Order: sequence, then structure tokens, then C-alpha cells
Amino acid sequence: MTERNFLASVGRTFLDFLAVTGRIVVFALAAIFYALRPPYYPRLILRQMVDVGYYSLPVVGLTAVFTGMVLALQTYTGFSRFAAENAIANVVVLSVTRELGPVIAGLMVAGRIGAAIAAEIGTMRVTDQIDALTTLSTNPYRYLVAPRLIAGFTMVPLLVLVADIIGVFGGFLVSTYKLQFNAASYIQRTVDFLQTQDVAAGLAKAAVFGFIVALMGCYNGYHSRGGAQGVGAATTYAVVSSSILILVFDYVLTEAFFAR
Amino acid sequence: MSGDPKIAIRGLRKSFGSKHVLQGIDLDVGVGESLVVIGGSGTGKSVMLKCILGLLQPDAGSIRIDGSEVVGLSAGEREALMRKFGMLFQGSALFDSLAVWENVAFGLIQGRGLKRAAAREIALQKLAAVGLGADVAALRPAELSGGMQKRVALARAIAAEPEIIFFDEPTTGLDPIMADIINDLIIKCVKDLGATAISITHDMASTRKIADRVAMIHNGRIIWAGLKSEIDRSGNPYVDQFIHGRAEGPIRMEVRAR
Ligand SMILES: Nc1ncnc2c1ncn2[C@@H]1O[C@H](COP(=O)(O)OP(=O)(O)OP(=O)(O)O)[C@@H](O)[C@H]1O
Ligand SMILES: [Mg+2]
Repeated sequence: MTERNFLASVGRTFLDFLAVTGRIVVFALAAIFYALRPPYYPRLILRQMVDVGYYSLPVVGLTAVFTGMVLALQTYTGFSRFAAENAIANVVVLSVTRELGPVIAGLMVAGRIGAAIAAEIGTMRVTDQIDALTTLSTNPYRYLVAPRLIAGFTMVPLLVLVADIIGVFGGFLVSTYKLQFNAASYIQRTVDFLQTQDVAAGLAKAAVFGFIVALMGCYNGYHSRGGAQGVGAATTYAVVSSSILILVFDYVLTEAFFAR
Repeated sequence: MSGDPKIAIRGLRKSFGSKHVLQGIDLDVGVGESLVVIGGSGTGKSVMLKCILGLLQPDAGSIRIDGSEVVGLSAGEREALMRKFGMLFQGSALFDSLAVWENVAFGLIQGRGLKRAAAREIALQKLAAVGLGADVAALRPAELSGGMQKRVALARAIAAEPEIIFFDEPTTGLDPIMADIINDLIIKCVKDLGATAISITHDMASTRKIADRVAMIHNGRIIWAGLKSEIDRSGNPYVDQFIHGRAEGPIRMEVRAR
């Protein structure tokens, strides 16, 4: 009997998972549907872009510079035994543009923006503000959700571009000041190994991550219930689920872009 | 009531899980009529308004506005229909990211496409009508007292001069003088604009002032409806207990039985 109960609970969990996935997809499609139809809200979109893009610069920049620095240090530790210090520039530029830039920026944005979106929309839900929007002939998908999705989708790639530059610069700092490499040849190697397609793939990842963060923030906020506690739970779900999804999609996209 | 009703509700049901809140509401509201709905706390008055507005999906029943069915409208049709409505939410539900005047002007700017400057003028007029000056207009809702928020919410509900206005506890939390000013304002909306109004209130003084007709909701049904003048001789023990605010009576028994 316990085996059957176990199987039943596995099955139920799986069905729940499918149901939630379906609801999120429907939610996203509805938001995209309304985002493409007038009226548009350029002011709201702009405000969200500034929030997501500009105000995330400090956190993303700081994490990127330290990631680049530690990457250079670790690579040196690993490669110096094989007298291959020159590979540092290669490793730094490749890792940062392909992988670390998008993932680090995505995770930071998940914490900063995903939580803020979920808390704001969640509060609007539990205080009837979303219902009030509807009674004032304003579609909440168009007014609240679409601007955030657009901002996430467009601004996180720009953030990642900045993170790429700062991350590579962090590696450069450690290599030249601490490890005493020649600056000119380090830069030369970086430029040699810098691939347009690596950067482009990183930016494509970033667009997906930005969309995921905004979507999970909006979805969890929109469906929150039960006062402050419900908003807190929605915020947690938003951050945790978008962080996990970022890592999952990072693998999937890497497989799609780079696996031969 | 003359002619076809503005709002006609038949067999409206709504449950949350095993909690059967509305169990077959039948209610008509005539054009230009002011109906007051009374009933104990948690009997589903707010839920009923939200069902009419389509904010909650009814489980069963029919709601007709101007003779046409509105249950199950598409999102686009619903958005157009909303232009007929104004709603004062029980908890005010002001947008806390916007200034007070932007809250009041919201339906004018977003819903009707007015220019901001023109909408601001109207918003200031409506704020003045609820006793709030221009100095308040630039503040955020969080900077206002509860009663002031309620008045801003009222100004927002009537700003676009809708055909149908719902007031969910418009005078709760106001001092008696301001409550009376709000009562006058509601009467003015109904009489001057010819709006149809449903108000929910626990305030019997307010009920006697603003109502044309009164309906009482209990156990998910309308158990009594009649003209305001008939309310004192309804012959209904529930109504009698409610309007006199007696602790003893049929309603108390059911509370105890839970
Ligand atoms: N979204 C919801 N989910 C679950 N239950 C709900 C929901 N909204 C309302 N209810 C339940 O429905 C019942 C009626 O709620 P409603 O808000 O309509 O009461 P009310 O008559 O307006 O009371 P009050 O006079 O206190 O405002 C309550 O028991 C409440 O718990
Ligand atoms: Mg209520």
C-alpha cells in the first residue's frame, strides 16, 4: 500500500508541476498578447527599464569585477603548474562572456528585481489595487506585467554587456598587478580570444534570464493572496524559482549554442 | 422601479472551496435607483459586487446589465463594459505609486484618454467635492489618514461620472459630519448624474439617507428587499434585529452555532 501511496504522491507532484508550468506559460502568453496591442505605456516601460537596468548597475558591476578577479587567481593556481599562465586571458574572456557574465547578472537581478516585482505586484493584489485597475478600464497585464517583461528582456542583456567588460577588466587587474603579467600582451591575448559569437550567445542567454526573472516576479506577485504573509511567500517563490530556472536554462541554452 | 432594471441578478452563486458564500442571489436595481445592501459581516456583500464587476467569476447564475448578459464576457468586452462602472473598494485600494490627484484622474487618463492637464482639473474638482484641498492632491496615498484615503477613493470612483457606481462601505471610518457630506455626495451622484448606485453599509443613518430601496443579504440570499420607508415595518425578524443592532435575535443564534 505504501508503495502505491508513494507512486500516487510522485504522480500528484508531477501533475501539479505540469499544471503550474501550464499556468505560467498561459500567463506569459497573455502578457505578450497584451503587450503587442495598444494602448502602450511608454512611460511605464521606461521607468521599469531604468529600475532594472540603471539601478542594477552597481550590484552587477561589483559582482562582475570580483568574479573576474577570482577567476584569474584560480586559473593561475591551476595552470601555473603546467607553465600555462598565458591561458589566463583566454579562460577569463571565454568564461565571463559565455557563462559567468550572464549567470551572475541574472542571479543578481533575480534577487534585486524579481523580489521587488513580486512584492510590488503582490501588495497591489492583496490590497485590491489590481481589481481597481480593472474597474478603471485598464488591463493589468498591459499596465503592470508587460512593461516589466519588456524591461527584463531588454535591459538584462545590456547589464550583461557591462558585466562582461567589467569582469574581463577584473581579470586584467589581478593578472597585471598581482601576477605581474605584461599588460599589453594580456590585452592582446584577450582581444585574440574574444569571439563575437560568445558574446552574442551570452547576451541571448541574458535576454532569456531577464524575461524569466520578470515573469516569475509578476506571476508570483499576481497570484499572491493572504496579506503580508502571502506577499512574503510570493517574493520568496519568485527569487527561488527564477534562480533555479536561470541555472536550468543556462544549461539548456549552452547545450543549444555550443554543443557540437 | 420603472421599465427594465439596470442590473438584474438571478441565481447568483459563489463558493470558495467548501465555503458557500452566495447561494442564489436574486436582485434587481432600477435605472437611477439607489439601492443599499445591508447584512452581517462576512455574508458576501463585497463578493457580490465583485461578481457583478467580473472581478470574481460566479459559479452559477446570470447577471444582466442593461438587459445583456455579462457573465462570461471576453476580456475585451469586459474592458469596454467597465467604462460604465465606478467602484469604491472597501479598503480604498488607492495606487500607492501615484499621487492623490493621479489616482483620481486615473480612469480619465487611462480609460477615457483625457490629457493630463484636463484630467487634473477634473480631479481637483472631485477632490474638492469630497472636502480635500489642492494641497492634498500632490501627496501620496500613504501620507493620508484612513478617512482621507476613503474620500480620495470615492473621488476616484465618481471621477469619470459612470452610469453605475458601487460604494463598498463609503462612510466607514469617517467622522459623522464627513459621513453626512459623503451621503449628500452619493445622493448628488445619483440624482444629478442619473447614476444607478449600489451601496454597502452598516451605517443605518446613512442607509436611511441615501437609499431608495434596501436589500438585506443573509446566508447567501437576499432575505428581504423593499422601499426605505418599509424597512421599519418589514415584519422580518432578521431585518428588525439588524436595523436596531440588537445582540439578541435570529442572526446571533447562527453565529453561536458555528
Ligand atoms: N478571495 C477570497 N477567497 C476566499 N474566501 C473569500 C474571498 N473573498 C471573500 N471570501 C469569503 O467570503 C465571505 C464573504 O466575504 P465578503 O468580503 O463579501 O464579506 P462582506 O459581506 O463584505 O463583509 P464585511 O461587511 O465585513 O465587509 C467571507 O467569509 C470571506 O472569508
Ligand atoms: Mg465587505
